[in-house]
Amino acid sequence: MAQAPALPSGFELPLEPRLPKIGSVDQVAVEERAASLARRSIKRESKIFALDLAVRMMDLTTLEGADTPGKIAALCSKAMRPDPSDLTVPPVAAVCVYPNLVAGALQRLGDSGVKVASVATAFPSGQSPLEIKVEEAALVAELGAHEIDMVIDRGAFLSGNYAKVYDEVRRVKEVCGNAHLKVILETGELGTYDNVRRASLLAIAGGADFIKTSTGKIQPAATLPVTLVMLEAIRDVYEETGRRVGMKPAGGIRHAKQAVQYLVVLHETLGPEWLTPDLFRFGASSLLNDVLLQIRKEKTGRYQSPDYFTLD
Amino acid sequence: MRLPVKKTYKLYIGGSFPRSESGRSYEVEGANAALASKKDLRDAVRAAREAFPKWAAMTAYNRGQVLYRMAEIMEGRRSQFAELVGGEAEVEEAIDSWVWYAGWADKLGQVLGSSNPVAGPYFNFSIPEPTGVVGVVAPEEPPLAGLVARLAPAIVGGNAVVLIASERRPLAAVTLAEVLATSDVPGGVVNVLTGRKSDLCPVLAAHMDVNAVDLSGADGDRAELERLAADNVKRVVRNGEGQSPWHVAAFLELKTVWHPIGV
Amino acid sequence: MTELERKQDRSPVPSAFEYAPAPESRDVVRLEDRYGLFIGGEFVEPRSGEFQPSISPATEEPLAEVAYAGPEDVALAVGAARDAFENGWSEIAPSERAKYLFRIARLLQERSREFAVLESLDGGKPIRESRDVDLPLSAAHFFYYAGWADKLEYAFPSRKPRPVGVAGQIIPWNFPLLMLSWKIAPALAAGNTVVLKPAETTPLTALLFCDVLRQAELPPGVVNIVTGDGRAGAEIVKHPDVDKVAFTGSTDVGKEIQRAVAGTEKKLTLELGGKAANIIFDDAALDQAVEGIINGIYFNQGHVCCAGSRLLVQESIYEQTIAKLKRRMTTLRVGDPLDKNTDVGAINSKQQLDKIRELVAAGEEEGAEIYQPPCRLPEKGWWFPPTVFTNVAQSYRIAQEEIFGPVLSVLTFRTPDEAVEKANNTPYGLSAGVWTEKGSRILWMAQHLRAGVIWANTYNRFDPASPFGGYKESGFGREGGLHGLEPYLRFE
Repeated sequence: MAQAPALPSGFELPLEPRLPKIGSVDQVAVEERAASLARRSIKRESKIFALDLAVRMMDLTTLEGADTPGKIAALCSKAMRPDPSDLTVPPVAAVCVYPNLVAGALQRLGDSGVKVASVATAFPSGQSPLEIKVEEAALVAELGAHEIDMVIDRGAFLSGNYAKVYDEVRRVKEVCGNAHLKVILETGELGTYDNVRRASLLAIAGGADFIKTSTGKIQPAATLPVTLVMLEAIRDVYEETGRRVGMKPAGGIRHAKQAVQYLVVLHETLGPEWLTPDLFRFGASSLLNDVLLQIRKEKTGRYQSPDYFTLD
Repeated sequence: MRLPVKKTYKLYIGGSFPRSESGRSYEVEGANAALASKKDLRDAVRAAREAFPKWAAMTAYNRGQVLYRMAEIMEGRRSQFAELVGGEAEVEEAIDSWVWYAGWADKLGQVLGSSNPVAGPYFNFSIPEPTGVVGVVAPEEPPLAGLVARLAPAIVGGNAVVLIASERRPLAAVTLAEVLATSDVPGGVVNVLTGRKSDLCPVLAAHMDVNAVDLSGADGDRAELERLAADNVKRVVRNGEGQSPWHVAAFLELKTVWHPIGV
Repeated sequence: MTELERKQDRSPVPSAFEYAPAPESRDVVRLEDRYGLFIGGEFVEPRSGEFQPSISPATEEPLAEVAYAGPEDVALAVGAARDAFENGWSEIAPSERAKYLFRIARLLQERSREFAVLESLDGGKPIRESRDVDLPLSAAHFFYYAGWADKLEYAFPSRKPRPVGVAGQIIPWNFPLLMLSWKIAPALAAGNTVVLKPAETTPLTALLFCDVLRQAELPPGVVNIVTGDGRAGAEIVKHPDVDKVAFTGSTDVGKEIQRAVAGTEKKLTLELGGKAANIIFDDAALDQAVEGIINGIYFNQGHVCCAGSRLLVQESIYEQTIAKLKRRMTTLRVGDPLDKNTDVGAINSKQQLDKIRELVAAGEEEGAEIYQPPCRLPEKGWWFPPTVFTNVAQSYRIAQEEIFGPVLSVLTFRTPDEAVEKANNTPYGLSAGVWTEKGSRILWMAQHLRAGVIWANTYNRFDPASPFGGYKESGFGREGGLHGLEPYLRFE
C-alpha cells in the first residue's frame, strides 16, 4: 500500500487521505438513471444557457499524427472566435494538443484567456516506462502548458496493480507545477462501472485536479452512464473531504443535444455551483460546430446548415 | 397493351438480395430462380452467426412484436401470395402461423422453464435459451405454409436461420424474404436460399458452425445427412406436423443455474 | 481579442440552470362534453339520469361530465355482457379472440400520445410517466394476453380450461388505463366478457378506450364500461349474473366486497393496499439504492399500492443514506403534470390530499422528524411536496398505515433477521425491496419476506409476464403471467 500523498499547494485538508469506500455500482440502475436524465426537455432560455456554457467548457481538441503548426494555428483561431459572425459567442476553455504543438498554440493564443492543454505520459496507450512518462509531463509543464492530460496505466490497473496506478498519478502531479492535471481513465477499457469508480477514486487520491473519461482513440469513449458514475465518485469525495475535483467527458460527443444532456447530468448530480469550466470540460472537436449551429437556430428560429460554419 | 415488368428472384442473405455468387439460376414456376452454391450457403451461415447475438439479446416481447409484424405485412400482400401459391387458404394459414408463434415469444420461459426445488439451501432455476444458428430445409409442399410452419418456431426463441426453400416451388420463399426485409426482422436473422437440395443439404448438414438442423424437407439420403450432422454434434430436429411450443423447444438449450441462499 | 470584441454585449449568464417549461400539448386529445355509459357496444344515456364532472387535479377544472350508473344501468350492462358471452364470444375460435386482443394492443401503441396526455390530465400523474410507463405497459398487457388466448391448454395442461362467464371488474384511480388493461386483457383472453367500472375520479381514459374497441371492431357487449362511484361498484359485486369479481383498491373496500360475495359461487380476486419495506444493506450500491428509494415512493406521487413507503436502512450507513436521499429529493420537480420535466405530479383528489395531510400531521405529532425539500407549488390544484420522516418508531401511524402519497418513513435495523422481522410486522404483504450486492442475501431475504412481489436491487418494475399480487391483507390472486389467467377460468 502506497504512502500518503504529498499534498499539492493550496490544499487545506486533514493529513490522512480520507476516501469514500469503493463500493459497487449497479449497471442497470445507473444506465436507467442516465437515460432518464437524458430525457429532460431543455428548451428556449435554458437551452441557450446550456449551449453557451457548452462552448465555454470546451477543450477544442486535435490529437493526430498529422498535426502541423498550420493546423494548430487554425484551431486556435477557431478557439478564440468560434463564430466570427456572432461575437456574443464566447471563446472556448482550452485547446488540447500533442506536446510538440504546445509552443505554437501558446504563441497563437497569446493573452486571449484560452488555455493550452497538452497530453502527456505516452498518450494514448501509457505503455512506456514511468520515468519517460514523468519526464514528458515535466517537459510539457516547462513549455508553459496550462493543463496536462495524462493517461493511467490500464495494464497495471487491470492486472490489479492499483498501487502502481496511484504512484504514477502522484509522480506526474509532482512535476506539474502550476499546471492542472487531468487524469484519463480510458473507461472504454475498464470493463465495468465498478472499475470506473475504483479508477476515479484512485486518480483523485493520487492528486488529479480533473478526471477524464477517454483518450478519444478507442470506442466506447465518453457515455452518459460512465459520466454519472464518475460524477458520483467526485460527489462522494466532496462530501467526505470538501475537495472539488473536475470532470471531463471526452470523445464521442458530436451533437449539441448530447452536450446539453451531459450538463443536465452534471447539474442534477452535483448542483449549479459545478456548472463552470473550472470544474467541467468537454473534450471534443466536431461538437463545437454543432453547438454553434444550434445557438444560431435558437437565435434565428431557423434550422441551419453546416456550410455556414467554418471547418478549422 | 402494356408489358409487365418481370420480377427477378434472388437469394436473401444478411438482409440483402444478392444473386448467387455462381451467377447461376434455374427455370422454375415460369421464372428464373437463383441456384445457390455452397459458397452462398457459407455466406448465409456467416450472416446468421453475425446476426444471432443481437436477435437473441432482444427482449422476448420485442421478438414477439416482430413476428406479429410479419403477419401484418403478409396480410397486406395477401393477393400477391395467393397468386403464387394458387389460393388464399394457404396464405391465411401462413399468416395465422406467424400470429400463433408471435404469441409464444414471451411465454416460453414460463412453460419450458422452471424453478427447481433442490434438496439444499440453493436457489435453482432452469431457463431455455436459443441454440444459435439453425439450418431449416423447407418441405416441397405446401411451399408457403409449410415453410412458415418450420421457420417460425426456429426463430421465435432467438435463433438465426439459414433456410433452404422448396426446390420445385421456391418463389413463395423469395417473396416471403421481401416480407422479412420489411418487417423489422434484423438482416441475417433469416437467410433464404433457393436451388438444388441435393447440392445444398449435405453442405448445410456438414457445416461446423451450424448448431441445429431441421431436415424434414430434405429428400434423398436422410440418414447420410444425419451422419454428417454428427461431426459437430448438431441437434437434429424432428418436429412433427402442426404447431406446438415443443417445436420451439427443439431449437432451444436449457440452462440451469444454482445460487446459495444465506445471509 | 480586439477592443470591439471586448465591448460586445455578452448575454448575462444566469447562476442557475433553470429548465424552461416544456409542456406537452393538450391538442392531441379531443374530449366530449358529456359521456354516457358504454353498454352493448355503444354509448347510452344512464337510466339513473346522474352525471358528475371529472376534475383535473392540477387545475381543478372540470374536464367532462360523466354518467354515474345506477342499479338499472348495471343490470343492463351485465345483461349485455351475458348476451355477448352466450351468443358468440365463448364460441368464436380462440385464435380469433387472440387477434382482437392483438388489434387492441396495436391501437394503444398507435394512439399512445393521446391516451398519455389524457391520463395525465385526468389523474395528475406526470406525462413522462404516463408516456413512458403506463402506455407501453398497457399495450404490452394486451399483447401478452393476446398470445395466451389460443394456448390455454399449454398453460393448464390436462385441466380443460373454460371461461367463467361474466367478469365484474372495479379498478382504482392510480393507474387508470393500466389497471383497465390488467383486468380486461386476461379476462378476454380466457374467453370471458366484462363489465368494468373505472374509479370515479379517473374515468376518461377508460371512456376513450371505448373508441379503441370501436376501431378494433370488438363485438358489442364483450366489454362494457360503466362509470360511477362506490354505489355502482357495489351493484356490480352483488349482481347475481356476475360470475367473477376482480377488485383493486383499498383494503377496507376489499373486505366489504369479500363479505358481499360470501356464500355465493362467485370467484374473487383482490389487490389491496400495502406498506412495503424497502430494505437497504450496507453493501448496497448506494447511489443506485437511493434512486430506488426515490422511485419506490415518489413515482406516481406515491399513489402506488406497492410503494416502498417504509425505508429500512442498515444503521451503519444511516447517516450517509439519509444525506444522499435528502440531496436527491431537492432535484425532484413538482408541478404541471403535462410538463415533460415534471417528476412529481398532482395529488389525485382533494379527498386524498386531506388524508395525506392528516397522516403527516399525525407523524409530526407522534414525534417523527419531517423533511421536505423547498418547492414552489402551484396555486390551484392539489399538491403535496415529497416528504421524508426520520426518527420513526414502528408503532407510529406513519409506519403502520398506508398513506398513499409521496411520504416516506425511515426506520433502521442492524441485522438481516431484524430487517425481516420489521418488514413482515404489518398486516399487509404486497411487496418489498432488497438492496445488497450479495446474491445469497438477496435470495435469503426473498425467501423470508412475506410479500407477493420482491424487488432486488430495483423497485416498481412491472411486466405483463410477471405475476403481481399480495399476501395477507394486501389481497389474494395474481395478475400478470401465466398465473394471471387462472382467476378467469373454470377447470374440469
